[in-house]
Amino acid sequence: MDKEFFFDKQAKDPIERVGGRAKVTGAALYTADQQFQNLAYGFLVGSTVAKGRIKSIDTKAAERAPGVLAVITHQNAPKIPGYQTGRDPAKPPTAGQPLRIFYNEEIFYYDQPIALVIADTYERVLHAAKLVKAQYEKGVFQTELGSNLAKAKIPTGPRFEDYKRGEVDGYKNAPVKVEQEYYHPIEVHNPMELGNTLAHWESDQKLMVYTKTQGVEATRKSISDAFKLPPENITVHAEQIGGAFGMGLRTWPYEIAAVMGAQKVGRPLKLVLHREQMFTNVGYRPATQQKIGIGATPDGKLVGITHEAYANTSSYEEFTEATVNLTQFLYACPNVTTRYRLVPLNMCTPIWMRGPGEATGSFALESAMDELAFALNLDPIELRNRNHADVDPEKNQPWSSKYLTECFQMGAEKIGWKNRKLQPRTAQEGDWLVGYGMGTGAFGAMRWAATVKARLQPDGSLLLQCSVNDMGPGTATMMTAVATEAMGLTPAKVRIQMGSTGLPPGPTQGGSNVTATVGAAVNDVCTALKEQIATLLSKEGSRFHTANVHGVKVDDLLFAEGAVSLKQNPAIKMTYTELLQQNGLSVLEQTRESKGQQQQYSMYSFSVHFVKLRVHKPTGRIKIDHVVSCADAGTIVSPTTAASQMIGGAVGGIGMAMMEDLVIDHRFGRPINNNLADYHVPVNADIPNVDVVFVGKKDPYINQMGSKGLGEIALIGMAPAIANAVFNATGKRIRTLPITPDKLMEG
Amino acid sequence: MINFDYIRVSTPTAAVDALAKDKAAQWIAGGTNLIDLMKKGVLNPQKLVDINNLPLKEIRKEGKVLRIGALALNSDVSEHELVLQSQPLLAQALKAGASQQIRNMATVGGNMMQRTRCPYFYNPDMPCNKREPGTGCGALKGFNRMHAIFGTSDKCIAVHPSDMCIALVALDATVLVAGPKGERRIPFQNFHRLPGELPQRDNTLERGELILGLEIPDNPFADHVHYLKVRDRSSYAFALVSVAAALALKGKTIQDVRLGMGGVAHKPWRLVEAESFLKGKQATEAVFREAANLAMRGAKGYGQNNFKLKLGPNTIVEALKKATEKA
Ligand SMILES: Cc1cc2nc3c(=O)[nH]c(=O)nc-3n(C[C@H](O)[C@H](O)[C@H](O)COP(=O)(O)OP(=O)(O)OC[C@H]3O[C@@H](n4cnc5c(N)ncnc54)[C@H](O)[C@@H]3O)c2cc1C
Repeated sequence: MDKEFFFDKQAKDPIERVGGRAKVTGAALYTADQQFQNLAYGFLVGSTVAKGRIKSIDTKAAERAPGVLAVITHQNAPKIPGYQTGRDPAKPPTAGQPLRIFYNEEIFYYDQPIALVIADTYERVLHAAKLVKAQYEKGVFQTELGSNLAKAKIPTGPRFEDYKRGEVDGYKNAPVKVEQEYYHPIEVHNPMELGNTLAHWESDQKLMVYTKTQGVEATRKSISDAFKLPPENITVHAEQIGGAFGMGLRTWPYEIAAVMGAQKVGRPLKLVLHREQMFTNVGYRPATQQKIGIGATPDGKLVGITHEAYANTSSYEEFTEATVNLTQFLYACPNVTTRYRLVPLNMCTPIWMRGPGEATGSFALESAMDELAFALNLDPIELRNRNHADVDPEKNQPWSSKYLTECFQMGAEKIGWKNRKLQPRTAQEGDWLVGYGMGTGAFGAMRWAATVKARLQPDGSLLLQCSVNDMGPGTATMMTAVATEAMGLTPAKVRIQMGSTGLPPGPTQGGSNVTATVGAAVNDVCTALKEQIATLLSKEGSRFHTANVHGVKVDDLLFAEGAVSLKQNPAIKMTYTELLQQNGLSVLEQTRESKGQQQQYSMYSFSVHFVKLRVHKPTGRIKIDHVVSCADAGTIVSPTTAASQMIGGAVGGIGMAMMEDLVIDHRFGRPINNNLADYHVPVNADIPNVDVVFVGKKDPYINQMGSKGLGEIALIGMAPAIANAVFNATGKRIRTLPITPDKLMEG
Repeated sequence: MINFDYIRVSTPTAAVDALAKDKAAQWIAGGTNLIDLMKKGVLNPQKLVDINNLPLKEIRKEGKVLRIGALALNSDVSEHELVLQSQPLLAQALKAGASQQIRNMATVGGNMMQRTRCPYFYNPDMPCNKREPGTGCGALKGFNRMHAIFGTSDKCIAVHPSDMCIALVALDATVLVAGPKGERRIPFQNFHRLPGELPQRDNTLERGELILGLEIPDNPFADHVHYLKVRDRSSYAFALVSVAAALALKGKTIQDVRLGMGGVAHKPWRLVEAESFLKGKQATEAVFREAANLAMRGAKGYGQNNFKLKLGPNTIVEALKKATEKA
């Protein structure tokens, strides 16, 4: 599986996206599509102030409204046993205390749920929810990062202490240096599918939940902790997820509210958030103010980098991400200092959004590298080549695999980098200025733990079971690809059951770990099946045995076309169906847990994004002509879905660079573009041809397939690539995202 | 959403009667704006009078006039042969608005009547003089990047959001309406109004007056028109600034010209001074620039929208250049 390739959109991948047809024809059933007898509907009422206390809350009108079954507030909420043991959220944040819904009268942010209204129809509950009125004692709130930097704190915990290698702020002594500040606003995940939960207490000790989560096991644990219910009494389903981008990486208060509400009314309850609530209650990518100081010798050898980041969190929890960490290892540089600070604001806690901190950090670091290249009069790729880190300079150990140089070469070729002018503002086509830019991304190649069960069935098909879910990247397709290759089956003969607890436990879908983790587990369980097959074939009297007197080993066998045969004598062959029949077995079944090992290697996936764009001088409009995204993600198991991931990441990066911006009116502490007409993400017309290039070289250590992750690197480095291309086109360096026309128009 | 009644009518008279009888009733056409406003709690009509069955969908030529019914769909108008032939500027402006899906529902009358997209107007618990007179203008010292630079008042700096109407104001359209007191004709320029002391009033229709349709006179511009919309993404976004330009050229000489501007005022903004300056002049960039500077006289920024003071004239020049280029 060690092959370099350019993903050709016309070429046919033998494996179609598993479940794709059901999704595009509407046959796939999401949480909100589930129908239950006697279903009740819940809707959350939010606080209209951003900080303070509820003085009084009037629910009478809502309670009297037609069809209303209950209104839950902090005054009558059933006690959540897990909430009692928590910390007091009013205390200053340390690592923090998750928001306890309906716990007391305290308000921490605008639209924080203050009531759950439950009624017999969705329309009725929407109406009744409007009738709940609250009085507040208003507090002084803060929602702006920039004006609260003085309140910044070092996060608790060892991972976020200041980092230094060599001399502190050593860049200052360099002969050539750049010192700049970069800012990007809050971005909101906004998956198509809204946050939604359906909770059904099958008995007072048994709970079934459908919900939008990226990890059913993690959700089960949170619910178990909150309600003090043994995990085995809880089933969590998330078979279909309509995108999440990180928003489903924790259990949110609304999910707890749904479970609480179902208990209160003794009926199954469905709670679907409104789009507006998606902007206020389920996390976001925090705003970040960053400072970079970077210095080099005149011939372009890095002397030092200092990277400081201030990111916002909520006032009750510390949310952290690896914003400055790229700087610690991306380049061979003797003096590196990083500092990461949190600023508490009156907002809901952020949550990782695709490419999390690395995407944010790379905007600053890779913009600064471009600024340095300009100061040195060097090609930006040349600057990176001169500072290539041959070993991980942070951990001081070799990389498990690193093909960044190949990414530079392949991408530069495809985008036509040789046409890039070293001097900005020198390529013009009429009123349009043309520019090229690039940005590098990296993300830890992680392999967690997964258990997969594989069952070879009488019709010769293979059933794979794992609780991991597929929020869109194509996990099921990837699992199918690994299994078809291992067992010699056609995709039609592989069936996957996934996305609910009760199945063998899989990992949460986050941190680009799933292909490396679950793919490896599928591979391992197939190996176990093959070993079992070899043992069966070694029995006295078997034709295979007769031909191989020393006993049959997996290596002696060929698994192809739904059958097993002897490599040396392919005439000796048996289909899986015959194998089961002849051994009097109804099925052949194996379960394997498989996980990554501690390694003496640094494991990362790498990407380089290239952009060619034009800027219209009079109106400042940007037209992206071409994107080339190159990835070193090890072996590519499933080309179609891997390429889709890369294209999706590029689109996300374009949104980050040019559009996404949660606008908050700080006088009211609330967002004002909390809908999809005003909060912009790219439309098709914004997206050019995106070419995807995979290096495709195996990582020898991560797993047998040699696959690293790519969900995050698909986005990391894209925003600076655009900002750098804009500079190359116009000579204007935009350090505050998003890059909108008003920042570029001239005249 | 509050419960409401729903009835359907099939003649203009019945439509007018239904509103005359019931103060809390409201017409619904495509519903693409009204339903959003109801969901937001900005409008709470107790009765919806569906006018989609009214025989007001026709698009036809009567002598030298193009007539378009109030219930013609935005998508139909933008693709209609007569429109493409005699009023291509209108087709261009329509296509620049919203999305194909919305244009498939939206009607000409509804488009003219659409409310501003100012976020303070859209959020009932924020101050807005247009929604709730006397509560103040949230945008004046708040988010005003999308807001007006012409004809504002201290009560309201909202903009009229339509693209279609920018072409119509340039094309000297006439609005035909029917009300309890009979029918009347309103020149398009006088249809929408400036906020002044009454920002709650977007236009000069009296309550209960129904738009029947539009008349657009033939003009010599078909060869040289351009609608330029500058926005934050390539499609499905409201204008930062837009310009509808129409030129009648003889060689390089400008015989006649019309200019409308969007995203800059509480009404579709007609650039009368720039037009009279341009008449008889040569179609060159320098002349366009002078006209654009004239057009910008009296413009005023509110902070976040100051960029429109520069983007505005640039867009005028660009639209005129593009209109000139067309053969
Ligand atoms: C997400 C989004 C993006 C959009 N983007 C754009 C854009 O970029 N450019 C743009 O121009 N527009 C845009 N629009 C607005 C769209 O053009 C309007 O919503 C549409 O034209 C309204 O027409 P309708 O028939 O649906 O009106 P309705 O919603 O049915 O009615 C609107 C109002 O007009 C009244 N009304 C309707 N017909 C008549 C009549 N004959 N006489 C008197 N009153 C009448 C109704 O009573 C109501 O008060 C966008 C809309 C949305 C939702």
